[in-house]
Amino acid sequence: MNPVRKRRLTIVVAILAAAAVAIGLTVFALQQNMNYLFTPSQVQSGAATSYKTFRLGGMVKSGSIQRASDSLKVTFTVIDAGGAMPVEYTGILPDLFRDNQSVIATGHMDNARFIATEVLAKHDETYMPKELKDAMAAAHQGRKIDEAGNGERGTGNP
Amino acid sequence: MANWIPLWVHKLGSPPLFYRFAGAARPWLLALAVLAAAGGLYGGLVLAPSDYQQGDAYRIIFIHVPSAWMSLFIYGVMAVASFVALVWRVKLAEVVAMESAPVGAAFTFITLVTGSLWGKPMWGTWWTWDARLTSELVLLFLYLGVIGLYHAFEDRRQGARAAAFLALIGIVNVPIVHFSVNWWNTLHQGSTVRILGPSKMAPSMLWPLLTMMAATKLYYLASLCSRVRADLLALEGGKDWVRKIAEAEGSR
Repeated sequence: MNPVRKRRLTIVVAILAAAAVAIGLTVFALQQNMNYLFTPSQVQSGAATSYKTFRLGGMVKSGSIQRASDSLKVTFTVIDAGGAMPVEYTGILPDLFRDNQSVIATGHMDNARFIATEVLAKHDETYMPKELKDAMAAAHQGRKIDEAGNGERGTGNP
Repeated sequence: MANWIPLWVHKLGSPPLFYRFAGAARPWLLALAVLAAAGGLYGGLVLAPSDYQQGDAYRIIFIHVPSAWMSLFIYGVMAVASFVALVWRVKLAEVVAMESAPVGAAFTFITLVTGSLWGKPMWGTWWTWDARLTSELVLLFLYLGVIGLYHAFEDRRQGARAAAFLALIGIVNVPIVHFSVNWWNTLHQGSTVRILGPSKMAPSMLWPLLTMMAATKLYYLASLCSRVRADLLALEGGKDWVRKIAEAEGSR
């Protein structure tokens, strides 16, 4: 390689390395406070007290959904591995909202209750036909209700 | 020149040879792309079963995911070509880098639009500032920046060199887009198709997806061939080989 090309190669590689380090450090620093959501147990341990509005993420507790008969008001409980949080929401819910579904609610705390202004449903990265899911659920007798509609990657994990 | 690089690489790097090679390859690539896209879309929209969770709405994946892969893949090609252009000043590498940018930007745009259309019914929102969505938007801006910078210079080669720098530095965003779903809590789900380990998709749904991936790659190559040919003619306007082509075309 001739000296001119060698010099250019050095300069280009040095600039690229500098950019990678700068952005790598930024990403690393953002990891502390770029969390998209808090889980019920994080909220209960006080991690979200400095935020007026924040996102709450977790799974809808099976059987906890209660709809008001005369309005769009819905109450349900969001759970994660170590906590549970009652949520109140008035509005239209996404198609995927159901028992055992991962959801992300935006809102604020009102005493021990979370008042949501927006509820988003999260789905996992698994795709399969319904028949296959039913067959797998049948093979898992007993655990099938727990697993319906959710993969192993819950919202609560970072 | 380094002698460990095979001779045909040097040969293919010469504009008149690449012009002829790309002209011969283009119709084949385009035909294969159309065939693969027809097969993939038929497989995805008609043959594949509906999803246990999302019903038929998941079928937008057959456009969304291949486009998203291409948005990253083309950026990678553009960055490697930019690197070669900056260090070795190979004219063909400059042209490949600069002509990849609009195709990549188009795929990124398709990714964002289809993702938004998919997000509204499933997640309940068109857009959210989570790490995956935001980094993909940054990718679109990087593409637009490269295109803009290239055209901001009077001299094309000078513009290409400046834009190549931006393209090269922007490569650090590519792993961020890919790993964002693992590094942060995001609304976007993790990767379905995995190179290492089994994919999280039934085979009846996976093959149309992989066929669409092949179709988008072939389309990119075909599109690159015609774009590079046109650019080479413009760039080498005064050269003998271009004059010969012009004369042959004129006498027809």
